[in-house]
Amino acid sequence: MKDEFRELYQEIILEHNRSPRNYRKMDDCTHVLEGRNPLCGDHYIIYLKVKDDIIEDVSFEGSGCAISKASASVMSTTIKGKSLAEANEYFEIFHKLVTGEADADAYFEKAGKIAAFSGVSEFPVRVKCASLAWHTMHNALENKADKVSTE
Amino acid sequence: MEALQSEKINIKTTLDPYKYRPDFPILSQKVHDNTLVYFDNAATTQKPIQVIESINQYYRISNANVHRAIHLLGERATNGYEEARVRAARFINAESERQIVFTRGTTESINLVANSWGRKFLEPGDEIILTEMEHHSNLIPWQLLTHQMGAKLRFIPFKADGTLDFPVFEQILSNKTKLVAVIHMSNVFGTINPIKRIIRMAHDRGVPVLLDAAQSVPHLPIDVQNLDCDFLAFSGHKMLGPTGIGALYAKVRLLENMDPYQGGGEMISSVWLENATWNEIPHKFEAGTPNIAGAFGFKAAMDYLDNIGMQKITLYEQAITTYALDKMMEIDGMIIYGSAPERGGAISFNLGNIHPHDLAHYLDQQGIAVRAGHHCAQTVMRKLNIAATTRASFYFYNTFEEVDYFVEQLKSAVAFFNF
Ligand SMILES: Cc1ncc(COP(=O)(O)O)c(C=O)c1O
Repeated sequence: MKDEFRELYQEIILEHNRSPRNYRKMDDCTHVLEGRNPLCGDHYIIYLKVKDDIIEDVSFEGSGCAISKASASVMSTTIKGKSLAEANEYFEIFHKLVTGEADADAYFEKAGKIAAFSGVSEFPVRVKCASLAWHTMHNALENKADKVSTE
Repeated sequence: MEALQSEKINIKTTLDPYKYRPDFPILSQKVHDNTLVYFDNAATTQKPIQVIESINQYYRISNANVHRAIHLLGERATNGYEEARVRAARFINAESERQIVFTRGTTESINLVANSWGRKFLEPGDEIILTEMEHHSNLIPWQLLTHQMGAKLRFIPFKADGTLDFPVFEQILSNKTKLVAVIHMSNVFGTINPIKRIIRMAHDRGVPVLLDAAQSVPHLPIDVQNLDCDFLAFSGHKMLGPTGIGALYAKVRLLENMDPYQGGGEMISSVWLENATWNEIPHKFEAGTPNIAGAFGFKAAMDYLDNIGMQKITLYEQAITTYALDKMMEIDGMIIYGSAPERGGAISFNLGNIHPHDLAHYLDQQGIAVRAGHHCAQTVMRKLNIAATTRASFYFYNTFEEVDYFVEQLKSAVAFFNF
């Protein structure tokens, strides 16, 4: 087995896939959006509760591969309690990491668990899986279309 | 290796895949440092050198347009193209090559029938019966057609074991039914549907039957006269041939009464500014320059298959499929979709909580090519209440040793994902 593949499915990712955080429906959310990857059938609903520019709560439901589910879970823990501007910043960092535009070291301080997803950059076909929840969250906050698709 | 192989086929087949594998250059390569194990044959098959060479030779010595040149190359191209038609007719035991229309493949063949037959003969209130296990290519063309014509679709459900529910078929078959269009062998369950029974029931009411034979013609001996089907659609690329060529078989009377499919050169007889008359069948349905190189390759593919013998291929594939099913079922957490007694070599499954996408990626790292997803059958997935499956599908060049390796890697995937 190649090291890159182990790197992709490192322990943090497998663990978040097994026990996703904030995996629940949220009735009193202020933003909700469904994201889909029609190619592989991954789909998630992202719920956000925003008050005074702060993301007070994040949760998600849905199903998909380990990469997509772990990513949704890590996304929820990362942006919970953060300001909208910070959430946007994390979104940018995540995007740069998974597309290989920047490596994890560049964001060592800031990235935290997001850094685990830098292994995705070695597998272009999986970038869509990793990005689905993040794009959905981002579009929900920007009140973009009511459905996002990473196709 | 070969001794082991023959030991494992303790059935009355003499097919030795190791005899044919050297003809398939692609199979000997390494992927991710492992020898390729190609188990995605339901999506498309690999091509033997005989097919690759026939296309190569066509472009080297025979390339010209068909049916319109008086020169030698034109004659070679036309002869080769028409020989392929005769070959296709013989491959499925059609009475005449006039019954073979070359298309891009199964999808286009079905769309051709929906447009040329459906738009002419369907009326508001008419019904077309499909099954609930159709590939999108035998569903969407009929949705488009019935929506346009004010007609309706009815469906034969499938049961938990992946077989069709005949009592429902009996109920919905009525004097409103104008066509029954069914998948011959399921690309998800591997089920070989009891097509003769379906045809007999439909014909009792004078209803024609179309077979989506994309998965059956490559793997089973097909005799359209014996089946008595009215339309049959299949693809070259799923039976060793190149992509972009396939065929529609239809009964002569139907073809003669149908409208043209596309307009252009080749499909006409006489043309005036305001109107035209149509060429004879099957040329009436082949507008424009066809896939000539594809037809050469398709012919070589059918030659190759008939040289082995379709009966032998079917028997071998049944043996390797049974072997694989037995071994796979020994793995904890294995769910296999479909357990029809009559089945071909497409196995859809899920393994514990491992998502098919993760599993297929893991197997790819080990050199094994399988398909993960909905297999162009979203309605089937929805009814099974799953998003996707992993599918392994075999051809005669796959070996029992490959199955052993595959099963071993499935077990190591369970350990890797640690569920
Ligand atoms: C059962 C079935 N029908 C139709 C098709 C479509 O074939 P093609 O893409 O060659 O037109 C396929 C292949 O994907 C299939 O498995």
